[in-house]
Amino acid sequence: MPDTLLFAMEATLNGLTAGVMYALVALGFVLIFKASGIFNFAQGVMALFAALTLVGFQSGQIPFSHLINAMFGTRLHHFGWNMPTLLAIPATVAVMILLAILVERFILKHLINQEPIILFMATIGLAYFLEGVGDIMWGAEVKALDVGLPKGMSDTVDELTFNWFGYGFFIDRLELWAAGIAAILVASLTIFSQYTKQGRALRAVADDHQAALSVGISLRFIWVLTWSIAGIVALVAGIMWGSKSGVQFSLSLIALKALPVLILGGFTSIPGAIVGGLIIGVGEKLFDFFMQPIVGGATENWFAYMLALVFLLFRPQGLFGEKIIERV
Amino acid sequence: MKMTKLAATVAATMMVSAPVLADTLHFPNLSYRTGPFAAGGIPFADGYADYLTLINERDGGIGGVPIRYTECETAYNTERGVECYQSIRGDSPLVIQPLSTGITYQLIPRTMEDGIPMHTMGYGRTSAVNGEVFNWTFNYPANYWDGASVIINYLLEENEGSLEGKKIALLYHNSAYGREPIPTLTRLSERHGYELLTIGVDSPGQEQGSQWLQIRRERPDYVVMWGWGVMNPTAIQEAANIRFPMENFIGVWWSGSQQDVLPVGAGAHGYKALAMHGTGMDYPIYDDLQKYVIEPGLYAGTGDEVGTVLYSRGMYAAMLAVEAAKVAQDIHGVANITPAMMRDGMANLVITEELMAELGLPNFGPAFSVACDNHGGSGEAMIQQWDANAQEWNLITDWIAPDREMIMEMVMDDSLAFAAENDMTPACLN
Repeated sequence: MPDTLLFAMEATLNGLTAGVMYALVALGFVLIFKASGIFNFAQGVMALFAALTLVGFQSGQIPFSHLINAMFGTRLHHFGWNMPTLLAIPATVAVMILLAILVERFILKHLINQEPIILFMATIGLAYFLEGVGDIMWGAEVKALDVGLPKGMSDTVDELTFNWFGYGFFIDRLELWAAGIAAILVASLTIFSQYTKQGRALRAVADDHQAALSVGISLRFIWVLTWSIAGIVALVAGIMWGSKSGVQFSLSLIALKALPVLILGGFTSIPGAIVGGLIIGVGEKLFDFFMQPIVGGATENWFAYMLALVFLLFRPQGLFGEKIIERV
Repeated sequence: MKMTKLAATVAATMMVSAPVLADTLHFPNLSYRTGPFAAGGIPFADGYADYLTLINERDGGIGGVPIRYTECETAYNTERGVECYQSIRGDSPLVIQPLSTGITYQLIPRTMEDGIPMHTMGYGRTSAVNGEVFNWTFNYPANYWDGASVIINYLLEENEGSLEGKKIALLYHNSAYGREPIPTLTRLSERHGYELLTIGVDSPGQEQGSQWLQIRRERPDYVVMWGWGVMNPTAIQEAANIRFPMENFIGVWWSGSQQDVLPVGAGAHGYKALAMHGTGMDYPIYDDLQKYVIEPGLYAGTGDEVGTVLYSRGMYAAMLAVEAAKVAQDIHGVANITPAMMRDGMANLVITEELMAELGLPNFGPAFSVACDNHGGSGEAMIQQWDANAQEWNLITDWIAPDREMIMEMVMDDSLAFAAENDMTPACLN
């Protein structure tokens, strides 16, 4: 088999796993947009905040210690113990649920019936606020995140492909795990929305707010529920991306990787987020592979948006998005 | 009565908010403690602030005049950096530390016009070495082109003087900063016979899958990195993932701090980077810092960055600024110097090994002297290597000199082109 074909196959495989990482971020956007029509600008910051909180719990860091020290002249930093990951993750989930309650109580509740652009602006404010709180609460230094997920080259894939093609493919074990976790996440979300009372209520609200309200579904409860689920998805994305390159404030920029995925897959479709992520992942890796010698690389950021724009020309609602028909 | 109270309040407010111009030496810092690059900006700002606090607390200021330190938050954003400069330019800033190549490029013409000196230590516009064109900009003790040349000279040493037939990949941040070493490495490749492979990474650099697949395919002998922020730990992690030999992976000095290796854990063991100054707390200066700054609780930030690579860099930048201010005071015979006088101090700065030892920083930085035709110092740097077990950087070489003859040719070409574009006649300021 020609080398170029083998290398292209390797790039495709890596594109698929990278696409799952993008889809993980995009899922949080979809969940909130589907249930409330809000484009949550703060989703990337929520992933950062969740990852910061998880590392903070794991390392026994005292929240707001810098502020406490500055105010009272103390030198507090750590509790002196480390929290096991299995405890730290549920504790972080609890914090994300608390955050969802606070967001509903202090922001969304006051903006019912407002234009979508107002809600969008509110999430921009939330993003900046949350980033500041994360800084004061846990500090801005880079933190290593280890939840026990394996990292590095998969020997199994390497050996298997070497036996088949005479060239061992590289694949990161962390991204393979991310694919598995994303599959479990999507399955769980599907089961939740199809087979539970709350899930059905959530779908009802997504279909028609007014009709859902008229049959007694609490919009406020649904919003808390949606933001809580989006917070948990943000935690998963934060763990995966934080495990790759540490937890630092640039983690919030992973949201930029989700935007083309959303444009492509549609803002209202969970399968769309997954398929969109895979298309973007494979597309950018193959484009970089073939065009690098001509354009010099560094194409990943802009190519994803260009691909999304091309899709927009033909399917403005995205691959799986709902077609909006408005009659005048 | 009400009016009197109001007038008193307004007067008191004005007294508090008006800049203190008299009897202080204003050292501003364009810092970034927020945003995606905060992890690198915070230790530098802490080191800069702590050294100036030390000078105030221990020596009562410079030449008896207290230092006034101010910070303006840029978030590593060029527009905000320019806004910061505009807000402090009327407040007699003795030297501007932009801490960003993008901001530096924007401020070069402005500082020239305003007559305010700027120090861009190890970053910024490399051809500012030529003081006949860039009268107000200084980039000692080393610049990007020096860094690239030092790496090649180190690799020459490692390969018995020949890089013939070797393949070197440059993994660079796809920005003005990241592209700086390309001309130097290209010219050096023609001279030394190695093949140069350039691989860009888009900012911020969290996703580098394609780049490392390419490195895995191309199998370079060495990878040189010009990164910043999250790009660094991501690259080191990816190198560990593909099992690239870490001892053959060398970063510039902006890719060689604790923030870059700690998130990777054991996988970063053996990674190398340039060092334009010493590292660690094994210097007498830290006794004074402990006594006058840290123990009394006068430290900047949280105090937990002391002794890290980027903290040391901030401290070194402050030390060079203070020494230049002392030279300016000597030249002009006044303690309360102006920005123009500070420029003269910077233009006549001489750093000797004896002076470094006297300051409590023996062999921390290279000996160098500044002159009109060389605002860039000696250009020397060392190589440091990360020990993941001990969690510390170890210096593994002495000072390595760059190929200054070639670099000065490039400096002259670039700076004279700048002078021609701006209709300037190169000349030294008296």
